[in-house]
Amino acid sequence: MYIYDEIDQTMVDQRVNQFRDQVRRRIAGELSEDEFKPLRLMNGVYLQLHAYMLRVAIPYGTLSAEQLRKLAWIARKYDRGYGHFTTRQNLQYNWPKLEELPDLLAELASVQMHALQTSGNCIRNVTADQFAGVAADEVIDPRIHAEIIRQWSTLHPEFTFLPRKFKIAVTGAETDRAAVKVHDIGLIAKRDVAGELGFEVIVGGGLGRTPMVGPTIRDFLPERHLLSYLEAVLRVYNQLGRRDNMYKARVKILVHETGAEKFTEMVEREWEQIRDTAVDLPAGERERIAAFFNPPLYDKAEDAAETLTRQVAGDADFAHWVETNVAPHKADGYAIANISLKPIGGVPGDASAEQMDAVAALAERFSFSEIRVTHEQNLVLPHVRQDELYAVWQTLKSYDLHTPNLGLVSDMIACPGMDYCALANARSIPLAQEISERFADLDRQYDIGELKLKISGCINACGHHHVGHIGILGVDRKGEEYYQITLGGSGAEDASLGDIVGPAFPYDKVVNAIETLVDAYLGVRADNERFLDTYRRLGADPFKEALYGVN
Amino acid sequence: MALIKDRELSEDSWVHIEDGVPVPSDGGAIVSLERWQAERDALSGRNAPIGIRLDSDTPAENLVADIDRLDLIAVPFSQFKDGRGYSTARLLRERYGFTGELRAVGNILRDQLAFLERCGFDSFEYAGGTDATEALRAFDEIEVVYQTATDRRQSAAATRNHPSRAFSNGTSG
Ligand code: HEM
Ligand code: SF4
Repeated sequence: MYIYDEIDQTMVDQRVNQFRDQVRRRIAGELSEDEFKPLRLMNGVYLQLHAYMLRVAIPYGTLSAEQLRKLAWIARKYDRGYGHFTTRQNLQYNWPKLEELPDLLAELASVQMHALQTSGNCIRNVTADQFAGVAADEVIDPRIHAEIIRQWSTLHPEFTFLPRKFKIAVTGAETDRAAVKVHDIGLIAKRDVAGELGFEVIVGGGLGRTPMVGPTIRDFLPERHLLSYLEAVLRVYNQLGRRDNMYKARVKILVHETGAEKFTEMVEREWEQIRDTAVDLPAGERERIAAFFNPPLYDKAEDAAETLTRQVAGDADFAHWVETNVAPHKADGYAIANISLKPIGGVPGDASAEQMDAVAALAERFSFSEIRVTHEQNLVLPHVRQDELYAVWQTLKSYDLHTPNLGLVSDMIACPGMDYCALANARSIPLAQEISERFADLDRQYDIGELKLKISGCINACGHHHVGHIGILGVDRKGEEYYQITLGGSGAEDASLGDIVGPAFPYDKVVNAIETLVDAYLGVRADNERFLDTYRRLGADPFKEALYGVN
Repeated sequence: MALIKDRELSEDSWVHIEDGVPVPSDGGAIVSLERWQAERDALSGRNAPIGIRLDSDTPAENLVADIDRLDLIAVPFSQFKDGRGYSTARLLRERYGFTGELRAVGNILRDQLAFLERCGFDSFEYAGGTDATEALRAFDEIEVVYQTATDRRQSAAATRNHPSRAFSNGTSG
């Protein structure tokens, strides 16, 4: 993974000092809360229902064991012993104290981490495929370019006061695990016929109150022009994005109102002016960064697959976990182990300090000290020898990290909702917990198969409900919590937005409604058909009928 | 309000002239773009420095023909959050070659100064909460820059590929 040099370290250290001074000025009363707000937001500090909240960047979801231990240590010292992994590959602490934040940031800097640009109207923490570098269907490790973008966007002088926040996601594989089509910019690495590396550029996707799947504005951008092209997109957006209405300020609205074709023309025209200036990286820098992402030195692991087969045969619970949570790795004898942060009845994405320490220790022993964070709020050990999966699983079991539910109905995304968030209309977490408990029977979950359920407590869509196979959105009805259900969304390569199925349900009817939908699916599905595919084949009618009766 | 020019507190030799108010015959005068366009010849025949205000919704491109006749361009920030002026400044400097004084006016706060300077502003009508002398420290708080911008400071990437040079000198150039 990427290791800071003296330059990167100087930057984060100076940033901590700068923020320390800003906090001092706030506490001394030299800055009002209004003046302090844009400064703290540039450092991931929100003021929430109960306290300040800190959002720590985990760039493109890659963590070292040492970093994860530090996050655990911080959770104990400055929080209440846990942290929350988010859909943008960040970690949130819900209970830090303002006066302690500078020290907390200094601790992060000591392990090459920061909270820069995890909030505010700037280019946010860049996200990527959590299987980067290990996925079998990969053209290139997307973290190379995610790191290039991270550096370029850090304290970018021109793009720090954009109309609205700006999120970039990169994938290097055909399977889209990074939801690139619902980001402000999504990049998909590919090769042209000559074998040259480049990117498909998608601009103007997003969720929130106006969800959109972004259009492709360029099929193939040669890799060496990446930064100048991004700079052109951002400059057009910075100048023309709407600033009169914060709900219309995202780039998706500009692209939509201008028309994708005209928007593309403007970007291309701007790019022509800057494509051969010093905006793009010197070649040596690209190579320097790429070298950090060379694969580790894998063992030969010759008999690993056989050992695994034997262990799977001998332990049915382990076999379930392997089937559900383990994914193929591109190196022989290795596997990708997904760690679910969705125990039955738990809070999706929460991890205790003990759990973080345990995962860090496993990574050190079994995964070249590397951990990934996924946008579905889970963790990954990216390089585990197949014959060591059993040992990994046994340890996970003693920390309640072994739930074999990846991609199943209880592997939900849920936003913090009313429990923490000042903007919420409704609770998300307790609902997620109740649904998870209703489907606690794992055999039933296997039978249902892949089902992505996503819950947001309000229209801001932090829980990605629009792209859930089943989406749940909390709405306010005369002061009462109601939930609207959408069907047929997807955040993957077959991206689509869900359709509202019918009238919303009060809190105590939602779990039943979900169960009704699932039962309706089981009744009409074809062989091996996912919930999503059944919905796409048959449309909403069978589901409407099950929920509301015939007309 | 204090004026920061080239990172120092300075006397302001310019005055902002509202539309409809006569322009004094000597001393630097900053007028609106519309007025400049209407009274171009009279204003440039004054034999004294002339500057204009370029509102954020006016594209920098509109000034191309006039750029060599202007001594100062003031870019207003009605709210610090409105970041259009950053792009305007870069375009004026890098694309249209403006070499006169580029002045940020309006809601200019301490913690925006370094960003503004990197985009080509060299003077600031400082209205921030803290005192102006203290605000001068803001320019140097972070010495590392990751991008090439108008100030031509050497980016981290360039430094890494020219190892003989010091990684940052913290000044604009
Ligand atoms: C608790 C404090 C939070 C607040 C106040 C908050 C607020 C918001 C707001 C206002 C938006 C809409 C922005 C827009 O459409 O322009 C948004 C979007 C988003 N939030 Fe949050 N959020 C919070 C927590 C979270 C958490 C914990 C996550 C991850 C689990 C998250 C993930 C997202 C994502 C992915 C979007 C993007 C939707 C899009 O692309 O438009 N947020 N958030
Ligand atoms: S979706 Fe709404 S309720 Fe949920 S975290 Fe985002 S802003 Fe808060």
